Amino acid sequence: MRVAVEDDQSKPEEAATAVTKLINQNHVVAMLGEVSSSRSLAAAPICQANNVPMISPSSTNPRVTQVGDYIFRVCFTDPFQAEVGARIAWEILKVKKVAILSDVRNDYSVGLQTFFRQHFKGFGGEIVAEQSYSEGDSDFRAQLTQIKSANPEAIYVPGYYTEVATIARQARELGISVPLIGGDGWDSPRLWEIGGEALNGCYFSNHYSVDDPSPAVQKFVSDYKKRYNQTPDALAALGYDAARILSDAMKRAGTTRGDKVRDALLGTKDFQGVTGTITINKERNAVKPAVVLKIENGKFNYMTTVKPTGT
Amino acid sequence: MTTFLQQLVNGLSLGSIYALIALGYTMVYGVLRLINFAHGDVYMLGAYVGYFLSRRLRGAEPSLPRALVVMLGAMLACALVGIIIERFAYRPVRRAARLTLLITAIGVSLFIENAAQLVFGPDPKFFPSLAPRADFHVGGVRLTSEQLTVIAVSFLLMVLLRFFILKTRTGKAMRAVSFNLDAAKLMGISTDKIIAITFALGSALAAAAGVLIGMQIPKIDPLMGILYGLKAFVAAVLGGIGNVPGAVIGGLLIGTSEVMVVGYLSSTFRDAIAFGILILVLLLRPQGILGRAQKEKV
Repeated sequence: MRVAVEDDQSKPEEAATAVTKLINQNHVVAMLGEVSSSRSLAAAPICQANNVPMISPSSTNPRVTQVGDYIFRVCFTDPFQAEVGARIAWEILKVKKVAILSDVRNDYSVGLQTFFRQHFKGFGGEIVAEQSYSEGDSDFRAQLTQIKSANPEAIYVPGYYTEVATIARQARELGISVPLIGGDGWDSPRLWEIGGEALNGCYFSNHYSVDDPSPAVQKFVSDYKKRYNQTPDALAALGYDAARILSDAMKRAGTTRGDKVRDALLGTKDFQGVTGTITINKERNAVKPAVVLKIENGKFNYMTTVKPTGT
Repeated sequence: MTTFLQQLVNGLSLGSIYALIALGYTMVYGVLRLINFAHGDVYMLGAYVGYFLSRRLRGAEPSLPRALVVMLGAMLACALVGIIIERFAYRPVRRAARLTLLITAIGVSLFIENAAQLVFGPDPKFFPSLAPRADFHVGGVRLTSEQLTVIAVSFLLMVLLRFFILKTRTGKAMRAVSFNLDAAKLMGISTDKIIAITFALGSALAAAAGVLIGMQIPKIDPLMGILYGLKAFVAAVLGGIGNVPGAVIGGLLIGTSEVMVVGYLSSTFRDAIAFGILILVLLLRPQGILGRAQKEKV
């Protein structure tokens, strides 16, 4: 297998351009990506129109795979992840009043916000404040000051680590000491590098934990460290699983023809990935558990695993 | 009430960053009648120089001398960058039409942004803490030492700059160049040198702003200068472009109104407010708050 790589500069419009180029000039037979839901939503219609199977490693917004029958994902979806977030607040922290601070320009963040609100209210909790920011902002004091005046017992921040780390610092500077809760967008060694002690006692849901004792995870972690000299975050693990599921499907299909590979991908069942046992369902989503991590002194400590209900 | 006061403090500390960047815009405009669009990117370079310098000075605990060294180093490096930009990008087209100069400025800005992504990498970097920090409580309002530093340094630099322009020989020459370039030349003023000094000063101020924001929001990236640069430009226009105290007043007003809008309305209006103000100023008082109206010469 040969890999062709394009950079989309984290812009949805660039993602569409990059995918068009990969399909028309590099003649790729399948697409791995994008990371974020906003960019996957920009790229997916192009893959669908060209009958090129696309596997997003980490786009959790439900709309991504609804684009068409060539679009897959190997991660869990936002409704499930938001439920995990609501359970962290309700069952682990045992709080009743939560504020939400979300990234209004990001489909991923808005999705988590909506489903968190729904689940947390369903448990009997109360959302005391909802504020928003835009990706790339670096000053959150205005929003945090408003949140502080609502006296929440925890704050749900479904964003990416670059902003979350800054939010955590500014929250502590403003005297907000309640824990923050987040999703897989938090996962990066840089989260702690930027946020530091401000993040102590915060929780987030994630795809896998490096502390997971299972041999599959430990082998992946040590191989990755040997090659890249750093600890793999969840994006690395998901990217690895996406590539392996694709190659597995191509082997079973015996061809790289788009429609055959798509059918083989649909037949993925109990695949032993690094991020858990993965089954692809009829909606082309991965059915798999999530882990809850607690941040303590720079370490993401494994707390518990939450399995999907129903499906 | 506490919430409102806290928002006011938030706004002032954000506004003083805009004010510092706006000073550079205003100075260059005053002398050359040029909107130096690369100014926001020089601010970004300042933050990066500060970042690399402070990593070089490893070992030492955060201390005041250390912060000072980093700040001065960044200002010096960016002064040099400013001189280079002026010498190689603006001077060759100085006699050309105003539009040529403006387009050159946009070109320089794009060049710096993309070169920085190539050299530094596009991912954000963490700015280490430079000075020992403390939190202050006044009533229910909280203020960090970083916020205080930003406000204090902004005002100090503004006062120094005003002194420099009004009281020194070079400052006088600067005002002469600003008044009439050709006449100043005839009077024996080395205009090239004065323009270079203007760029050096403006860029050094931008670098100071870069380091200060790095201390306050410890996250820097190669595109951080775009929005801050644009808003500082709006601040300069609001205060009256070419006017030094005007730039500071404009910066503080933009910062405060931005925070108030985010706090009490919605964060989606964050960027709209600055540019909304720009449109209003251009419609109602194009010379800005402190600027003097200029009559078109026929």
